[in-house]
Amino acid sequence: MKHNLRESLHDFWEDLRRDWQLYLLLAPTVIWFALFLYKPMYGLLIAFKDFSIFRGIEGSAWVGFANFAELFQNDMFVRAFWNTITISGLGLIFAFPVPIILALMFNEVQSAAARRWAQTVVYLPHFISVVIVAGIVINFLSPSTGVVNLLLKGLGFEPVYFLTQPEWFRPVFIGSSIWKEAGFESIVYLAAIAGVSPTLYESARVDGASRWQMMWRITLPCILPTIIIMLIIRIGNLVEVGFEYIILLYRPSTYETADVVSTFIYRTGLQGTQYDLATAAGLFNAVIAFVLVYSANRISRKVSSTSLW
Amino acid sequence: MASFNLYSRGDRIFGWTNAVLLGLFVLSTLYPFIYVLAVSVSSGAAVTAGRVTLWPVDITLAAYDRVLSDRMFWIAYGNTFIYTFGGTLMSLAIMIPGAYALSRKRLRGRTFFNLAIAFTLWFHAGMIPFFLNMRDLGLLDSRFGIIIGFAANAFNVILLRNFFEAVPKSFEEAAKMDGASELQLLWKVFIPLSKPAIVTVALFCIVSRWNGYFWAMVLLRGEEKIPLQVYLKRVIVDLNSNDEFASSLLTARYSFETVTSAIMIASIIPVLIIYPYAQKYFTKGILLGGVKE
Repeated sequence: MKHNLRESLHDFWEDLRRDWQLYLLLAPTVIWFALFLYKPMYGLLIAFKDFSIFRGIEGSAWVGFANFAELFQNDMFVRAFWNTITISGLGLIFAFPVPIILALMFNEVQSAAARRWAQTVVYLPHFISVVIVAGIVINFLSPSTGVVNLLLKGLGFEPVYFLTQPEWFRPVFIGSSIWKEAGFESIVYLAAIAGVSPTLYESARVDGASRWQMMWRITLPCILPTIIIMLIIRIGNLVEVGFEYIILLYRPSTYETADVVSTFIYRTGLQGTQYDLATAAGLFNAVIAFVLVYSANRISRKVSSTSLW
Repeated sequence: MASFNLYSRGDRIFGWTNAVLLGLFVLSTLYPFIYVLAVSVSSGAAVTAGRVTLWPVDITLAAYDRVLSDRMFWIAYGNTFIYTFGGTLMSLAIMIPGAYALSRKRLRGRTFFNLAIAFTLWFHAGMIPFFLNMRDLGLLDSRFGIIIGFAANAFNVILLRNFFEAVPKSFEEAAKMDGASELQLLWKVFIPLSKPAIVTVALFCIVSRWNGYFWAMVLLRGEEKIPLQVYLKRVIVDLNSNDEFASSLLTARYSFETVTSAIMIASIIPVLIIYPYAQKYFTKGILLGGVKE
């Protein structure tokens, strides 16, 4: 028990003396986080300033929420915000279920060797860079030589300019994202399936259940907590979309459906040097993201504890 | 389930349908790779005429000749090796000692540091403040900036810390009896015992370094410093809309498509070499990192 300030200070020095080696080992990590993740947070101030790179953060004048006001009147930002939500929402509907279905299907493959082979193949695209994936998509969808348009031509259709037409951007983006990540994301669900007690299947077998019934009535309900947690995490990340991939795929003619907040920040801030406006957009996004992730975590904690019952 | 040999007819149909559908998914995952490979070794004329869909036509290595004789390709390849190895070593050198210190329960301030690190998983300043900070630190257009600026992240520190925490006390006590310092303890006891976690983190670093393009594109100006992915982006994405360049590549032997395909294959090969290890350890790492915290 510490009785007074002096004693606790004494304890503190004792601990420092005893563990100086540990603090030395910890120092590079602490310095790194301070320098590269916490110091930039100070730079968020420029969202509230009329920032000039020559005057610096301190030298620039305060403007309150003027940058945010400008942002909300900027049609391009408003469009980018709704595009972000729409693309994430579409991903939730179309991409989210795919790894679950894949995991269920892997689980029904009887031959361990076949399953291992199939998994090796579908995990692979996760390790390929988005630049290569974009390159493959561009080659694939090329109006003149791309295999998709060759097929369309073969069937007697006109070639489609997939990458220059706004209505095609989202299907192409979400489809190729599924190709890249769905296989790898199935790992989490496979781990959950591996935890299902075999006795459940054995007794269902004895009762004459079919494999289809066992999948629906045993496997799926048993991995439901995992599905719910993943769903909550996904909703928490609603304002985060794969902008590094979007930058590679979009072009001015598809901005109306493809431009998201992060790509807007990239263009106005890094390409256009409107640092204050872009920082305001980033801060707006980060605050929404924080609130979503935080509430998602709260809900997930509740769900995962009650789902035990 | 393998113990049940007697399947009903319905179950067999279910099994076959499942196998066929899964097989189709596997093939559609594989097909783009096969297609790119086929295009890369076909003649430019055959690709332009739309004759390549699955198998190579008029097999030629002309596109590879063209790619491998481009000086910029080799510079970018070399740079990627520097960033991958330098960056991964830097990451391990920073995060392993830090995670070890944080795994010691008696460390005063441990909770505060852990929270401060975990907080960065939830909130970060964003693109522009990070960029301006790199600029203030004098790390624009700098190889060292690329290596140090992305050396650590909360996920990997937490993963390593959790692993160190799980090392049984008895190992530690035996070494302490011999009067080992903390550094010796880390080096001789904890690192050897935590090889799987360290290999996992190293592979995470290697793959993200090899594949990363965005910040290298933003931060580096000098041509001679860019990594492979930025080079790839310039050739494949930026020049695709540039018809002049595309048609300058258009000869009977190679075309824009065959050249870009050859570049893609050349940059995928190292990934395929480490893939067997990466697959094994990533699977573990995802579950280790995901289950705890």
